[in-house]
Amino acid sequence: MIDVQALRISFGEGIDRVQAVRGISFVVNAGESFGLVGESGSGKSTVLRAICGLNHAWQGTITIDGEKQGPKRGKPFFKKVQMVFQDPYGSLHPRHTVDRILSEPVAIHGLEQADERINKTLEEVGLGTDFRFRYPHQLSGGQRQRIAIARVLILEPKILLLDEPTSALDVSIQAEVLNLLSTLRRKRGLTYILVSHDLAVVSHMCDRVAVMNNGKIVEQLDVALINKRDPEHPYTRQLLTASLGYDRHRVDNFKDFGNTV
Amino acid sequence: MRRLLEIEDLSVTFRSRKQTVRAVREISFSMGREKLGIVGESGSGKSVTGRSILALIPPPGEVSVRRLIFDGIDLKDASDATLRKIRGRRISMVMQDPKYALNPVMTIGRQVGEAYLTHHRVTRSEARRKTLEMLATVRIRDPERVYSAYPHEVSGGMGQRIMLAMMLIPDPDLMIADEPTSALDVTVQLQLLSILDDLVTERRMGLIFISHDLELVASFCNRVVIMYAGQIMEVCDAQKLDQAQHPYTRGLMNCLPRIGGERTELPTLARDPAWLEDAL
Repeated sequence: MIDVQALRISFGEGIDRVQAVRGISFVVNAGESFGLVGESGSGKSTVLRAICGLNHAWQGTITIDGEKQGPKRGKPFFKKVQMVFQDPYGSLHPRHTVDRILSEPVAIHGLEQADERINKTLEEVGLGTDFRFRYPHQLSGGQRQRIAIARVLILEPKILLLDEPTSALDVSIQAEVLNLLSTLRRKRGLTYILVSHDLAVVSHMCDRVAVMNNGKIVEQLDVALINKRDPEHPYTRQLLTASLGYDRHRVDNFKDFGNTV
Repeated sequence: MRRLLEIEDLSVTFRSRKQTVRAVREISFSMGREKLGIVGESGSGKSVTGRSILALIPPPGEVSVRRLIFDGIDLKDASDATLRKIRGRRISMVMQDPKYALNPVMTIGRQVGEAYLTHHRVTRSEARRKTLEMLATVRIRDPERVYSAYPHEVSGGMGQRIMLAMMLIPDPDLMIADEPTSALDVTVQLQLLSILDDLVTERRMGLIFISHDLELVASFCNRVVIMYAGQIMEVCDAQKLDQAQHPYTRGLMNCLPRIGGERTELPTLARDPAWLEDAL
């Protein structure tokens, strides 16, 4: 479904040039949930933005559903691929009602039966039609993230790119949103790429995981290996150890893997 | 063991024309020179509790408390002058985000040194020496370079270390850390916690660690206070958190995804209005 080969992304010119992604390749099959894990500055979100067409300056090849993608994407692409952002406080227009937020993609893509679509999608994300004429400030963080997911779903895409979809939420709300995402994937046969810094979330949601550090994929592995606490690369091992809670003795053994940030 | 901090019936209320929000409702707890965690979801009143100890609640917030004793000193009716002597010098507070808490137009060395100069009568060169020493204590590799850098020139993890250095330089007895590591990567987070941990052990400092991360608090602190809607649901030993009794605590524990856990639907938290009536 998604095939990324030798992807390189850099920002800036001359001596300020920063190589954010240094030649990474991975394949995501249809219906799969693929995780991208790494610490801040490792380049995981940058990869997602390039796949989604939000960043035009990349080199390499990105093939989605058999079609090779250029730097700019057309409408049919966005009908197929949609992105959910980290911060539901920032990604919804504060002066648009839920109705208007959800109508916009419908109008852009010239879809019919906007009314039914909006109601159906609201039901599907577990909010119901009561929420249709509210403003984002009248919603809690979890409800906002559901609206962000509804805005994406209304186009009936095949691929969802999820950039830390729950890291701004409380754990109890995180559980609800993760459950919603799992149900949707099962019901609609969606393909996910989930970017997260939280290994527990990724191990709960994904089948395969790529671990990124410093713009490179250090290891691609099956989630079963993480569950068995037996990854190969020392960086993945350290990340895993750190995710298991605080232990004074373990901290002294942490190494610096040259993350630039 | 003498109690370092005793709080009895602390309430914080925010009144506006339209409504009255009771952010903290008559909570009581006490602590010694230990690591005490305060855990709760957003809006549970954990940060407000931390701030009200230092009388840092601005109007229209109203604080009422029956007893607030810090190391034998009554803070409830303390004058501003007494509070100034305690704030920063004996009780210090680390904020969540170094981006907002550090002064952007002052070099790091100057602002960390200022914290020392405010509370101690020393020469500037002595303050400089102490600052460099403190930057090294929080494991900044190149203190000289960081000393003359500005906050925007350092990373988030480094910024948080600098703030820690600034709060530690007056050698406080109690430190209130409000989500000090939430914005950081897991490994950096644990490294910072280990610095705090060593300080509690070596200097016999008390630490109030405010966080939303139940698992982290369970593995780091000695005791945990669980807050919900401005009230304390439960206080338990951190090691025994997995045997916690209160349904809210259990609910919070259960809804976390776990590495190697079942990949079925995560249990969600059902909130019971009765929790607010029979809280501690």
